[in-house]
Amino acid sequence: MHSKFIFIFIIVLAAGFTANLEAAEKDYCIECHKTLDGSAKEPTERIEGDVHFKRGLSCSDCHGGDPTKEDFTEAKDPAKGFIGKPKRGDIPSFCGRCHADPAYMRKYNPNIPTDQLAKYHESQHGKLNMQGDQKVAVCISCHGVHGIREANDPQAPVFISNIPRTCASCHADKEYMKEYSIPTNQMEEFEKSVHGEALLNKGDRGAPACTSCHGSHDAALPRAIAVGNICAQCHSLTRDLFTKSPHKAAHDSLGIPECEACHGNHNIMRTSDEMLGNTGQAVCIKCHTADSKGYAQASSMKNAIEALKGDIKESENAVEMAENIGMEMSDARFDLDEAKNSLTKSRTYIHTFSKEAVEEITKAGIGLADKAKDKGRKAVAEFDFRRKWLAVVVAIILLLAFAVYLKIRGMEKK
Amino acid sequence: MFQKIYNWFDERYQITSSRDFFAKKTVPVHKHFVWYYFGGITLFLFIVQVVTGILLLFYYKPSAAEAFESVKFIMTRVEFGWLIRSIHSWSANLMVFSAFVHLFSAFFLKSYRPPREATWITGSFLFFIVMGLGFTGYLLPWNELSFFATKVGTQIAGAVPVVGSYIRTILRGGEEISDATITRFFALHVMVLPIAAAAFMGLHLIMVQLQGMSEPLSQISNPDKKSMKFFPNFLLRDVIVWLIIFAGLLALSVIFPWELGKKADPFSPTPLGIKPEWYFVWMFQTLKIIPAKILLFDGEVLGILGFGAAGLALVMLPFIDIWARKEKRNPLLSILGICVILYILLMTYLAYFGPQK
Repeated sequence: MHSKFIFIFIIVLAAGFTANLEAAEKDYCIECHKTLDGSAKEPTERIEGDVHFKRGLSCSDCHGGDPTKEDFTEAKDPAKGFIGKPKRGDIPSFCGRCHADPAYMRKYNPNIPTDQLAKYHESQHGKLNMQGDQKVAVCISCHGVHGIREANDPQAPVFISNIPRTCASCHADKEYMKEYSIPTNQMEEFEKSVHGEALLNKGDRGAPACTSCHGSHDAALPRAIAVGNICAQCHSLTRDLFTKSPHKAAHDSLGIPECEACHGNHNIMRTSDEMLGNTGQAVCIKCHTADSKGYAQASSMKNAIEALKGDIKESENAVEMAENIGMEMSDARFDLDEAKNSLTKSRTYIHTFSKEAVEEITKAGIGLADKAKDKGRKAVAEFDFRRKWLAVVVAIILLLAFAVYLKIRGMEKK
Repeated sequence: MFQKIYNWFDERYQITSSRDFFAKKTVPVHKHFVWYYFGGITLFLFIVQVVTGILLLFYYKPSAAEAFESVKFIMTRVEFGWLIRSIHSWSANLMVFSAFVHLFSAFFLKSYRPPREATWITGSFLFFIVMGLGFTGYLLPWNELSFFATKVGTQIAGAVPVVGSYIRTILRGGEEISDATITRFFALHVMVLPIAAAAFMGLHLIMVQLQGMSEPLSQISNPDKKSMKFFPNFLLRDVIVWLIIFAGLLALSVIFPWELGKKADPFSPTPLGIKPEWYFVWMFQTLKIIPAKILLFDGEVLGILGFGAAGLALVMLPFIDIWARKEKRNPLLSILGICVILYILLMTYLAYFGPQK
């Protein structure tokens, strides 16, 4: 009898302990919102992919309240810090409670930047936000909400190749942007540009997106003076040559943006030699008149590059001809590749705007192309020489065979 | 003076008796006479291989880092290097072709009949050695095609049941085709296989000389048998054939110089449509089209075991063909031989011109 009571006592104790354990593990925010409809349910459908949720944070870590209480009045008790849904304009500081706190963020990632909020306040978005603009971009406009992914997650709206479309969701919307008086064709132009082609179509993550030039949290219009610095992040040699050229002072004094003046901004097209010189689509004649020194320089640089191109083409033909007849031409190919490198280099050195600098490179390239051409022609001549001698040697061998045949015939006649 | 030197050697090495032996030796003359030349052609091409191979050895460097560059050096810088390398490559292929013809002609003429069983066995070993020389030599320029073809070839060897992975590791000198592979292929190509070839060739030729050329079955009952002296009549005919082959070899080497291709990059993916040398392609194609499972067995393993069994049957043919042992015809075996040739041709055709996966 005694032992029966002890047994029942243990069972009841165990059941109570298990129930308590379950209650402790249960997050009633999610449990309850799952049973609701519409926007109240939507966060629970995305929360599992959320970077915060994966690191052990849940609804109450942002929205406050007590997730262990099943009763919603208890769970959403303001006395327990319940904030609920923040106002749109308050979102930056709402997220900044943690993201601007280095001590807190270090627990999760010691390398994560914590200056986003400060930068945001410096940005055009942040400035308008502080003026009470409720339409301007806040954190969730770019990062999403309740399903926030890390920036290196290809599904994240802020993943490098998704950024243009994320920015365009507002900036390409004419109706939405109406009151800001800024163009809305940036995305359309970017898609056609060499950068857009690389990033969006070829998936080249090294290609720039909007944030590469405009910044992200501190997004701002690049002032004219900063354009060159922005492009120099990738095109450093070109920028270096430009700053040493006479064009630098001219652009500065006239207030003309550096690279943009010739190449454009969102619609930067693949460069071609047509952009150089004084005919057709040449950009030089936009500023330089026919009687100017720059006009003549442009023409000389164009001629030097065209001469190298023509020589490379001739060499290519000579080497190909030799290869087609089976000659080993890898050495000539090496020279030809070097000549092509000179062509690439000369195109970069256009940004010195000095015909001497460009011609020095094209002359070296022409020398290499000529070397390859010479090897190609010599190989073809060598092949002809071999064929002639082959005919002689084969004739001698066959003559010898015929002589042996005559010997056999003579021998067998006897 | 000449007579004195001759006598000096004759006293010691009985040259006169050997000369008398060759003087008496005859070669049967009949409608299948032409096939007798192919043994001599294969021998001639082997000699060309040895001579050009030795010349290539002066410059070739057997390492993954230097092999390709050294062959390129031979082809572009060494005087007549291009010609020597081209002759070596062309004559290798012609030698394999000639060995195939010689093997099948001996098969159809039933030259393996007693007492020439050992001649056939040494010949079939020579055939395998020639194939081995082709396989090991193919990798040595270390170009893209040869690298990946060897990778595929050694991979196939790895599918042999039980010992496959050991064979693959031994062939490659490790898990992958590397520097260790090229050095062992080089050792096999210039030392092991040529010595083995020379030994078997010596035995093969001694037996042919001692026993004479085999006559086809159709000649046995021919009352009007013809023959010619081996020396000088047949040998001079051989010389004519060799001269013509040599002229052809020169023409091929000059008009279609053997390409070097691109240097092998072990880290690049296997290029599409990679194939072994043409004489292995029929086996490669068989393994490609064989179903993955045949009953309970792995298709590829069955294919490899099939090739092994065929190779063994080839060596043991003189003991398998019991009709030939009794000097009788067995058309079934000849039909089987024709089927094998047609099969090889069909598989080779499919590999080059069939649907490419």
